[in-house]
Amino acid sequence: MADAMEQLYQQVILDHAREKHGYGLEQGAAGESFQVNPTCGDEVRLRVHLADGTAAPVIERVSWEGLGCSISQASLSVLSDLVAGADVARADELTETFRALMSGRGQPLDAEREEMLGDAGAFVGVAKYPARIKCALLGWMALRDALAHALTAEPSIVAPDQEKS
Amino acid sequence: MTTTAGPLTATELIAIREDFPLLERTVRGGRPLVYLDSAATSQKPECVTDAEQDFYLRRNAAVHRGAHQLAEEATEAYEKARAAVAGLVGVDAGEIVWTKNATEAINHVAYAMSNATLGRGGEDAAALRLGPGDEIVVTEAEHHANLVPWQELCARTGATLRWLGVTDEGRIDTGTLGVINERTRLVAFAHASNVTGAIAPVAAIVAAAHAVGALVVLDACQSVPHLPVDLRALDVDFAAFSGHKMLGPTGIGVLYGRADLLAAMPPFLTGGSMVEVVTMESTSYAPPPQRFEAGTQMVAQTVGLNAAADYLAELGMSAVAAHEAVLTEHLVRGVAGIDGVRVLGPTDATDRLGVVAFDVAGVHPHDVGQVLDDAGIAIRVGHHCAQPVHRRLGVHASARASVGIYTTHAEIDVFLEHLAGVRSFFGLGGSRG
Repeated sequence: MADAMEQLYQQVILDHAREKHGYGLEQGAAGESFQVNPTCGDEVRLRVHLADGTAAPVIERVSWEGLGCSISQASLSVLSDLVAGADVARADELTETFRALMSGRGQPLDAEREEMLGDAGAFVGVAKYPARIKCALLGWMALRDALAHALTAEPSIVAPDQEKS
Repeated sequence: MTTTAGPLTATELIAIREDFPLLERTVRGGRPLVYLDSAATSQKPECVTDAEQDFYLRRNAAVHRGAHQLAEEATEAYEKARAAVAGLVGVDAGEIVWTKNATEAINHVAYAMSNATLGRGGEDAAALRLGPGDEIVVTEAEHHANLVPWQELCARTGATLRWLGVTDEGRIDTGTLGVINERTRLVAFAHASNVTGAIAPVAAIVAAAHAVGALVVLDACQSVPHLPVDLRALDVDFAAFSGHKMLGPTGIGVLYGRADLLAAMPPFLTGGSMVEVVTMESTSYAPPPQRFEAGTQMVAQTVGLNAAADYLAELGMSAVAAHEAVLTEHLVRGVAGIDGVRVLGPTDATDRLGVVAFDVAGVHPHDVGQVLDDAGIAIRVGHHCAQPVHRRLGVHASARASVGIYTTHAEIDVFLEHLAGVRSFFGLGGSRG
């Protein structure tokens, strides 16, 4: 296959798509989100689990289940690694940085932000394909929504048919 | 071009392709385009864009109003297009209603029934009224455009939605025709599925529907561009199809309605152009088809569609079907023959169109589409606006290749060759590379 595909589907992405870190919904979440990509019907349910005994909320881990392409599944796997142990401000910062990478049309970020993203930096090639950016962002949208539920008095568990896509 | 009964000759196919400038372009860094997404939308021959341009540059005016010469010419073009499309599908011009797409065409029928239920249209429309105890029947293979409007109509009227099943092979299960019963008021189904490519057993379904006095709505979006379709002979009461899938422009769709039914139907969209007498208290409506054409119409698109219909008629729909039948055979056999790839639909070319959805084991359709795109091959990925049939066939989404009149045998070869390499690229069934 051609180089463009090797750049898009970097080995680290294919590995994460296979390993799916964080896969399997767990009980005791502080917030949950169900997100759908209406163009392909892909979906993810993601839960945020907060650590006990911290002054400010800290994400202990996320757990998730979903159906999707290698880009969306790998992105969720990488996200699970990145946000474990992060406080809310850090999670927001990671989300914004990943969004910046996705809106960069395939240009890498500066070294500091690349460093912050770790394996998520491998998604740089996705930003060259506008139709696939949504795939990579699906998990991050779920994270933001689940955190919002976790940090407000809103019901944390929402049935899929009540969710807007 | 000559009209032939059999498949096109190589010379004829070359001549056809020359009519479609887009097919000459390259994509993704210089690769020749292999366009296998005609079921989503067809490419346009130059005569269609020329006709639209000529209308705007030389004849543009509002239709059915104004006494000047341009208005006359524009109106004539608009009505000539209606006659051309009617002729292609074997009905009268007065039975063709312009809509903006096939979805809107189906909604015209659904909202006419809804409005009739509310008393609009008076006693003339009484036969269109629905209520609790009445049933509408669709199939599990429908495009959302021929499912959601009926779900909504049932929700508004208290009627019940039922459906014919789909076999493991992706065909409508005629063993479930018993779902159509004396409570059934309307049966809506696709002439050919946009996922499985299967052609519906129209005669059997129409017979079952009419035996209990139910109306039949045919979604002909996939059939009209690819097969000879005679709506009168099929004996359906309504049909919907879109311009953009039959070499025509976007923004134009067609509703066919049997003359007596259109005459009885209350309008869906109301406003300018569709009236007779308007007072501050009430309005009387124009006869069909104008009754259903509210507001400024898409005149240039009808002119473009006229050119598309003429183009297809000149080729001859039998020749179109014969050419595509050969391609379909090659495509469906080729896809079915690749290890780890399952065709979602009939695996032979009998009673099916060249719309071939498939599942690649272990590889998401989006990823399949991406690596094919990198080779210049355009296919559709996702649920193709038909989630229930995917669920029925045990998948979440699929990839789909579909042919058109301009598709070549060699293009299908290129597609099959690259499809065969997809699993190994993702580290399945062999080494990557």
